[in-house]
Amino acid sequence: MATRKPTAKSNVSAEELQSYYRDMLLIRRFEEKAGQLYGMGLIGGFCHLYIGQEAVVVGLEATAKEGDKRITSYRDHGHMLACGMDPKGVMAELTGREGGYSKGKGGSMHMFSKEKHFYGGHGIVGAQVPLGAGLAFSDKYKGNDNVTFTYFGDGAANQGQVYETYNMAMLWDLPVIFVIENNKYAMGTSVQRATKSPSLWERGAAYGIKGEEVDGMDVLAVKAAGEKAVAHCRAGKGPYILEVMTYRYRGHSMSDPAKYRTRDEVQKMRTERDAIEHVRELLLQGKHATEDDLKAIDKEIKAIVNEAAEFSKESPEPALDELWTDIYA
Amino acid sequence: MATEILMPALSPTMEEGTLAKWLVKEGDTVNSGDIIAEIETDKATMEFEAVDEGVVGKILIEAGTDGVKVNTPIAVLVAEGEDVPSDSAKAASAPAPAALKGEEGKTAAPASAAPAPAAPKADTTPDWPEGTTMKTQTVREALRDAMAEEMRNADEVFVMGEEVAEYQGAYKITQGLLDEFGARRVIDTPITEHGFAGIGVGAAFGGLRPIVEFMTFNFAMQAIDQILNSAAKTLYMSGGQMGCPIVFRGPNGAAARVGAQHSQCYAAWYAQIPGLKVVMPYSAADAKGLLKTAIRDPNPVIFLENEILYGRSFEVPDLDDFTVPFGKAKTWREGTDVTIVSFGIGMTYALEAAERLAKDGISVEVIDLRTIRPMDTDAILASVMKTNRLVTVEEGFPQGSVGNYITSVVMEHAFDYLDAPVINLTGKDVPMPYAANLEKLALVTTDEVVEAVRKVTYR
Repeated sequence: MATRKPTAKSNVSAEELQSYYRDMLLIRRFEEKAGQLYGMGLIGGFCHLYIGQEAVVVGLEATAKEGDKRITSYRDHGHMLACGMDPKGVMAELTGREGGYSKGKGGSMHMFSKEKHFYGGHGIVGAQVPLGAGLAFSDKYKGNDNVTFTYFGDGAANQGQVYETYNMAMLWDLPVIFVIENNKYAMGTSVQRATKSPSLWERGAAYGIKGEEVDGMDVLAVKAAGEKAVAHCRAGKGPYILEVMTYRYRGHSMSDPAKYRTRDEVQKMRTERDAIEHVRELLLQGKHATEDDLKAIDKEIKAIVNEAAEFSKESPEPALDELWTDIYA
Repeated sequence: MATEILMPALSPTMEEGTLAKWLVKEGDTVNSGDIIAEIETDKATMEFEAVDEGVVGKILIEAGTDGVKVNTPIAVLVAEGEDVPSDSAKAASAPAPAALKGEEGKTAAPASAAPAPAAPKADTTPDWPEGTTMKTQTVREALRDAMAEEMRNADEVFVMGEEVAEYQGAYKITQGLLDEFGARRVIDTPITEHGFAGIGVGAAFGGLRPIVEFMTFNFAMQAIDQILNSAAKTLYMSGGQMGCPIVFRGPNGAAARVGAQHSQCYAAWYAQIPGLKVVMPYSAADAKGLLKTAIRDPNPVIFLENEILYGRSFEVPDLDDFTVPFGKAKTWREGTDVTIVSFGIGMTYALEAAERLAKDGISVEVIDLRTIRPMDTDAILASVMKTNRLVTVEEGFPQGSVGNYITSVVMEHAFDYLDAPVINLTGKDVPMPYAANLEKLALVTTDEVVEAVRKVTYR
């Protein structure tokens, strides 16, 4: 990825820019806190942090309207916060408590919100892709113009069911946006070590699906591409692929040997391409916000995250009879 | 000094129960350890022992009283020659009646400290009212009618699968549906089981009620991750927020001469999964009534059909809206000497065997499970407690079979009633061979059922 070109010329308002800053910062601070709670033993099992990738979900959520759906893999905290789910409920699910979105029965990888049209939270790599197309199928069947954002990683992009889904999504003109979050590593295997395809989005061409590569460290670029994709889907033209080039700063999950990339590589991305720093610069340089404005946002976010952490510690563990509920509707 | 005897709890979760029977009467002398009463819940019966010794001064709760709360005084124990304190009688005020309903799923988990089992009562209400007009239909027609009726009822119901529309169904189960409902609701898919199963599950999350046809369940192995991990577990993983109303249906088990990859019964596989319901009809009436129930059920349902049974005719009630509930077995034949439990095509052999054995004076009770999960274990136990012998018949492989599970239930809850070891008849422990003679050998047969019954009845 080249160093960022200035995106001074963009038609976003100061309010919008501030809200992207705020939403991305919430994800980052939330994830940092989750990392801390994991270290304290309050979160167990798998915990996949989204730090570094914030611009992807925030940019795309900026293009969604009420009724649009989203579904993703197990690296899902950012998606939930970006679509407006309550940080308290997400954090309490991470700690396995009654106040969590799944009453503590789902965990980091399995949360859902009917209200926010968030359909999980799926732990089997690639399985959410046909599910997302199925959600889009339901909207088309009902005759509305909603779209489904179906997120998956560069790793999942090598699963067979993704291509089965591409085929049917195009065959039936399903309003689904396939968002490949290419963070360069499928766990510890770099994209180049997993495929000889020069790009992942171009594979859609075999099925007639349009798509493009997007700079995932630039929230405005993500938003612009998202708007194009959403318009395509809403117009009934079928699916669209966005390969969003992004980067995860932390390990695949909490236990990651970090032997597959250098510290310099990570550091370079953080200093040169950080998505939140980018928006911060735009805000300050464009005089859309003062240092004090941003400090106030930082403070507000810190309070929200601390409140979520407190809630997640205080919420009780689920009652023992919860073991036996929600097996059948 | 008078001691109150309190209503005991059979388990940590029990709140109330039935005082079924007193084994002592007022004036009887009891020693600690004497069994003085029987307490019942819907799950179990327990003999209740005296802890102290003395004379039964007064019985406060009559035998046969339902809804007695735990820790309610049920009797007063007095010392020899002592009077019953007058205030004890107050405790005898009628307890509030309450239904004790076990949670679904919970009932399958045997209580670790299981007391002596209650004799379960099988639900023997008829599936249709007496005097109902009947019509003769094949299983194939019954299945199609079930789908058509439910599709007329609700727009969210649609069918997808390979060759379900223009070809009219690989086995003609969806014949005529495209004409009536159009291509929006009867959808041909490419050959892509993993993908379209996942799309079906996603559509169910999105509020539709898909019927996903697998050309055979052998091909559903490509899709089994979506069935188990996405369809069956999401309700639980979402803390009850998001269910998956979907039916996966198609032929299951051996057809004829189609070889190893096309001849497997998946009943035991799917029956293992909490969150799924598993149905395997034998008759046309059950095929229709159970499929309609499956389509209306808010949970994922595995509906296992059989190619050989598709063309077989049965009497089907001619009713506007005929359904069969899940979890209710059907007794096809009453008998006293031995119980055969089967389902699906296994019923063919079970009924044939019963007919032959009757001629030799062996009276066979034949139970068709109809749904494997939830399983009507009450019907099995009630029958085994009557006949004291059990043979299970199914087409699947022997290790980890449905029959194995039934046997474990019977061992745990009716061990003392068994007069012979249970026999589980299954398909042989080999991949299905192609050669006609070998295939015949690999499948369970009527002769084997007859032989098994003779073995358990020692006749």
